[in-house]
Parts: sequence; C-alpha cells; structure tokens
Amino acid sequence: MLKTKALIRLAFLGAAISWLIMVFSDVTVLFSDLKGLDPDVPAWLPRVMLDAYILCLFYYYKLRIERDESLNFTDLLWKVFATGLIVTVISLAIRFLGFLLGNTPLPTNVLYQDFVYQIDLSLFLSFLLAAFTSWKRLILYQKSKWLIRLWRVFEISLLIVLLYDSILMSFSEGMMTFIYIVIGLMVLVLSANMKWVAYLNFRQKWTSLLLLLLCFFYLGYFLLTMSAEAEGIEQQSSAFLSFYGHVFNLVLTIFVLVYSSFSFLVILFNLPTSSVFEQKLEEVVNYQRISQSIQTEQNEESVYKILLESSVSSVFADAAWLEIRAEGSEAKTYTYQISEKETEDIRKHLQQNQVRGVLEQSSDRTRNLSKHLDGLKGARFRSIMSFPVIVKGETIGTLTLLKELPDAFTKEMTRIVSTFANQAGISIENFRLMGEAFQNERYKEELKIAKTVQRSLLPQRLEQDVDFEVAAFSESADEVGGDYYDTLRINDHQVGIIIADVSGKGTTAAFHMSQMKGIFHSLGQQDLDPREFMIRANQALVYCLERGSFISATYFALNTQTKTIRYARAGHCPVLYYRSGSGELTYLKDKGTALGMIRSRDYCHFVETNEVAYQPGDVMVLYTDGITEAKDARGDEFGEERLLEAVRTQVHLPPKEIEQHIIRKLYEFSGSEDINDDYTLMVVKFR
Amino acid sequence: MVQIRRLQEEGVDIIAIIGEIDASSSIELDLTIAKSVGEGFHRILVDCTALEYISSAGLGVFMSYIEEFKDKKIHMVLFGLKDKVANTFSILGLAELLHICPTKQEAKQLLNELSV
Repeated sequence: MLKTKALIRLAFLGAAISWLIMVFSDVTVLFSDLKGLDPDVPAWLPRVMLDAYILCLFYYYKLRIERDESLNFTDLLWKVFATGLIVTVISLAIRFLGFLLGNTPLPTNVLYQDFVYQIDLSLFLSFLLAAFTSWKRLILYQKSKWLIRLWRVFEISLLIVLLYDSILMSFSEGMMTFIYIVIGLMVLVLSANMKWVAYLNFRQKWTSLLLLLLCFFYLGYFLLTMSAEAEGIEQQSSAFLSFYGHVFNLVLTIFVLVYSSFSFLVILFNLPTSSVFEQKLEEVVNYQRISQSIQTEQNEESVYKILLESSVSSVFADAAWLEIRAEGSEAKTYTYQISEKETEDIRKHLQQNQVRGVLEQSSDRTRNLSKHLDGLKGARFRSIMSFPVIVKGETIGTLTLLKELPDAFTKEMTRIVSTFANQAGISIENFRLMGEAFQNERYKEELKIAKTVQRSLLPQRLEQDVDFEVAAFSESADEVGGDYYDTLRINDHQVGIIIADVSGKGTTAAFHMSQMKGIFHSLGQQDLDPREFMIRANQALVYCLERGSFISATYFALNTQTKTIRYARAGHCPVLYYRSGSGELTYLKDKGTALGMIRSRDYCHFVETNEVAYQPGDVMVLYTDGITEAKDARGDEFGEERLLEAVRTQVHLPPKEIEQHIIRKLYEFSGSEDINDDYTLMVVKFR
Repeated sequence: MVQIRRLQEEGVDIIAIIGEIDASSSIELDLTIAKSVGEGFHRILVDCTALEYISSAGLGVFMSYIEEFKDKKIHMVLFGLKDKVANTFSILGLAELLHICPTKQEAKQLLNELSV
C-alpha cells in the first residue's frame, strides 16, 4: 500500500520535473531559433522530455485508476470528467490572464505564446491519459485472453509511435498510411467492447451520457484552442513543433474520441431497454434470495414473504396475496396492497363463475384467469394470475397476482413467477426435511437416554443362596422395551424374585420400569404374601399408568426354610417348571391379571398365590413374551413348545448353561442376530 | 398392517379386525371403538376370526374400555379368536375381564343375555 502511494508520488514528481525541463528547453530552443543563435540545450531535449512526461503520467494514472478496485463505471467516467474539468479551468484561467494583460507586448510575444501552448499541451495530454486509462478498464471489463493480447499490442504500438516521434525519423507516406490504418483498425475493434454499458441502470446511463458529453466539450475546446495557438506560433518560428506533428498525440486523441463517441451512442440507444435489463437483474437477485433463504436460518414464513415480494417486484403487480393451507391448521394469507375483503370478493366471484382453477387446492396448473375478472363489478383489478406452491407433490398454497390493466401479464412473467413458486416450494421442502431430521435426531437421542436408564435399572448382581443359583440374560432391541427382572433378599431364609414386562416402548416404558423397580424394592422388603404384593403393586400403579398401559409381572418368594416357592402371576408369561423327582417339565398356568388393568379394589379377585415345594435339581425358567414371540424367516413364532424342548435336554446343566443354550436355540431359530423385541430370560436351579 | 371394518346388524355394531394389531395400528382400533361408542351403540361384537396377532398395546385398547363400558352399560363380546391370540388374552388375564366366545352365534346369544 505504502509502496503504491510512493510510486504514485514518484510518477507525479517525474511528470512535473520533465514538464518543467520540457517547457524551458523548448522556450530556449525557440528563442535561439528566433535570434538565430545556437541553443545552449540540445534540440532533442524538449521532445525527449515530452516523452518522459507522457510516460510518467501514464504510470501515474495507471497506478491511480487502474489499480483502484472500488471504482465502478460511473466513477471512472467521473474521474475523466473531473480531470477534464480541472485542466480546462486551468487553461481558461491562463487565457483569462492573457486577456487581462490586454495590449501589452507580452501576449503577442512568441515565447509567451509557446509557453502557453506548452502548458495547454501538457494539460490536454494529462486529460487524454486519464481518459485512456479509464477507457482501458471499461474495454477490459469481462475480458477475454484475445482482448488482453490485442490491448497489449495496442499499448506497444503507442509506445513505438511515441519513440518514433522523438527520434524525428521520417517514414515514407505509404508507410505512415499503413501504420495509421493498422492503429485505426485496432482502435475500432477495441471500441466495440461495450459490455459495461449493459450493467448501468437507468440513472447511471443518464449520468454517463452527461459526463461523456462534457468530455466531448473538453476535447473540442483543447483541439480548437491549441490549433489556433499552434498556427500563431508556426507563422513566427520554424523550430516550433506543432501538436499535429506529434503522431502519438494524434493517435491518443483519436482513440479517446472514438471510444467516447461509441460509448455515447451505445448508451443512448440502450436507454429504452435499460428497464428490461434492470428487471432481469432483479429477477436473478430475487431468485437467489428465495433459494438462499434456507441457508440463512430463516423460517417458512420468511420464505413466503420473500416469494410474495419477489413475485410482485418482478412482474410489477399492483396487488397480490399468498394463501397457505397448512395441514391441521387454519389457512394463512399474506397480502400485498390488497385487503382481506377484496381477496374474499375475488375468490367468491371466481367460484360463482365456476372457474375451476388454481385457486382450488386440487389443481396444479398455473392459470391466467384474467377473462373471468371482467364480470366483477367494482373491482379495481382487470388482470389476475395464479400459481400453485407445491411441496412434495402436494399443493400447499396459491400465489395470486393482480394488475389494474387488462391483459397485463405476459408469458415471460408467468415463467418467472412460476420459477419463483417452484423454488419456494423446494425451500419449504428443505425446511421440512431439515425439521424432520432434527426431530429424528432428538428422538434417537431420547431413545439412547431411555436405553441407558433401562440398562441401569437392571441388577448388577443377582441374589444367590446355598439352596439355589440364579442366572439371567437380557437383550433389548433398538427400540427400548420395558423388560425388568430383579432379585431381593427379604430375610436370611427368603429371597424375592421378579420378572416384569411394561407395555409400550421408549421413554415411557423405561419410566414405568423404574416405577416397578421402586415398588419391588419397597414392597419386597415387607415380607408380603405374593398375592398381597400384587394387590398393593396394582394399587400403587393405578395412579401412574396412563389409560391402556399395563405391566405384566410374576413375583416369587423363595423360602429356603420351608423349601417352598410362593408366587403370584399378574398376566405375565407362565413359568416353565422342571420337577427333578418326576422328570415332569410343564408351564404353570394359573389365574392372574396384569397390573393396571383393573383400576379398582376388585383386583384382589383376579390374582392368587400359588405354592410349589422345590427339590434339589428342580429348574425354574422365567421369560418375557419377546422370547416366545420371536419369529423366524417364515413368520412362525418360537413359541412355548420350542422353549420347552430347548430346556428339556439341558435340565441337568448349571443355570447359566441352560440359559445360554436357550438363547443359542433362539438365535438359530430366528436366523439372525438382529432382534426385534426384548429378550429376557431367568433360570433358577435348586440344589 | 390392519384393516378394520364395521357393520351393523340388528342394533349390534360388529367390528371386524383383519390382520395384525401392533403399537401403531392399535390407534386405529381405539378410534373405531371410540366411534362406535360415540354413535351410541350399547352392544358391540368384535370379530377376531381374521386377527393374526395382537400386541400388548392392542390389548391395552380393550383394557382401557373396561371401566367405561361398565359405567355406560355397554357390552362388548369378542369372538372367533385364534388359539395364539386367545392365549395372549388369557396369559394377561384379560380373558376374565372380557367376554370371549368361540363363534359369532354364541357371541350374539351372550350379548343378548347380558343386555337384558
């Protein structure tokens, strides 16, 4: 940054020094010529200094204008205009000074005239170079490789011409004509690059025209003034080098003039169509707004608003409304320059005229309903157009645009607005998908928590006794179930065992499971009769289970003193019991209704205590319905029979091995490791 | 998947369940029974001949109406239960709370006796 600034200053300084040297050397040369003396300075000095001045200024503007990214088109024109204004004012001021001097001998002095001429020349060159640099930027807007090359060639040609001027070497006339034609062609080709004009809006175009017009004025002023001055001096001295003799200056003037004229004409003829370009540009911007609304954390409502605004501004509608019929909630209407009553009137009118169209939810066609509006008295609108807003193939709303002029909607407008409506539909769909994904993610997270809770509710270790050994297995599907088992030492000769299945899944099931655990641990310690245990548990659960939920459970009280099992079954799967004495293996099916089914004191009639005397070697298998209802590939259930068979051959083994065998059999049967329910299994073996 | 059909015969609302009742389809069953009650039927028959499977949620639906039916003096009889389904009912102890008959004839008869 500092470097650029320093360079700019350096270039300016260089230009100023070379200008001073040029002016004084030129005046000296002229003076010597007039007096017929040998000049003290070489005759070529003024010309070389002019070249130096041009080059310094060229770099000065290059650094000032070309590198400045913040300049837009009108700014560039403004810079040229401002430079022109300054140099013209200075030139006029000098002329005014000459006028003030009046009839004194100074103004008629040829040296003074040469001095003034040199000032004018340098001012004019400075203006031309500013224009040249600005035009370069305009020409190279949206450049191609080819164009850049051409420009480079043009610049180099200009440099060559500049050098040619200073060495005072003369080519033949034909050669000169050829060079002029080549450069002229280049100027023409370069001047055809006017892409920037299309990006000006209406106001900018007018500004540009005005600025260009003033530039023409400067050009005209300098050309006239300088040619008059040059003529005056030339008459008196032959050593004087006129501006016209300088090819570089000529080429530069022609280039600036040609490009300015072209720009002027192109802008002028583009004026009537500029509104179309502006509209197109706005459409693109609006389209972007709709499609980006999803990324900027906006909601559905803002999409609807953007859709309405964009559509209205794109087709210059006088009024519009957007009706959204969300499922399960009332229709929402967004309006623009129209009252609810008016929309209602139009809707009714169309209905009365039996216009089947997009205003009804079922239709998915875009319709121009203008002709039907003719009959509506007292309405200010004469054109109407409707579009469906479709999300996932379902029309969720309609966009209606109105105009006061008859037949005011063109096909083009229909196309644009329907594009907007489609894009809005896509945005809405994306919103909903995102919402669903979010919800899903939360649900999954919830399930994870529920699963952790459920896991933690199951016992870490099971009560063991010299009389029996307990083994348990529990595995749950992805969806959290509500299987629960636990053991509890009631006193030194009694152990309570429970197995339960909570209806339902997910967090609610885990919640009910924790209640069941609480009930088991509090009631279990009181050494209750199993039936009494169930009655009290039912009473406690009635207040926390919602309608339709229940818990099936079996509670056992194992007494090692009396060698008996007392149990109550509350709707849970029957126990599979193996009697080592008789070799009998049966399900103990007895009366018992699940907890929470009967919500009154009548429950006591639906549950009972049963008693079994155990012997060493007896096996008791407790399970949940996930095991018996496990299905194979064909849809057959594992069932009680297969469970019984799986146990029968293994009764002599320790409980852990019996359990593992059953599970192995179960997986073999279902044919996959994926389970779709909760499997819970407890095996108690007496010794 | 489940299909539930309703059909009225001599003032009796017959609800036929075809297929399986699981957690999600139990909502449909619940709605159907609620509708029947809402329409003022006091005698309801549930045809379970085509009921292949019922989950605990489905049983919960029947269970949830027990109290309400008792209060409103509405009688409901289930019939034609497949063994497997009947077993589910009996294990949970619902068989003792609901009226269950093997055939439609018997179910109708029971319904008439109950209504008297």
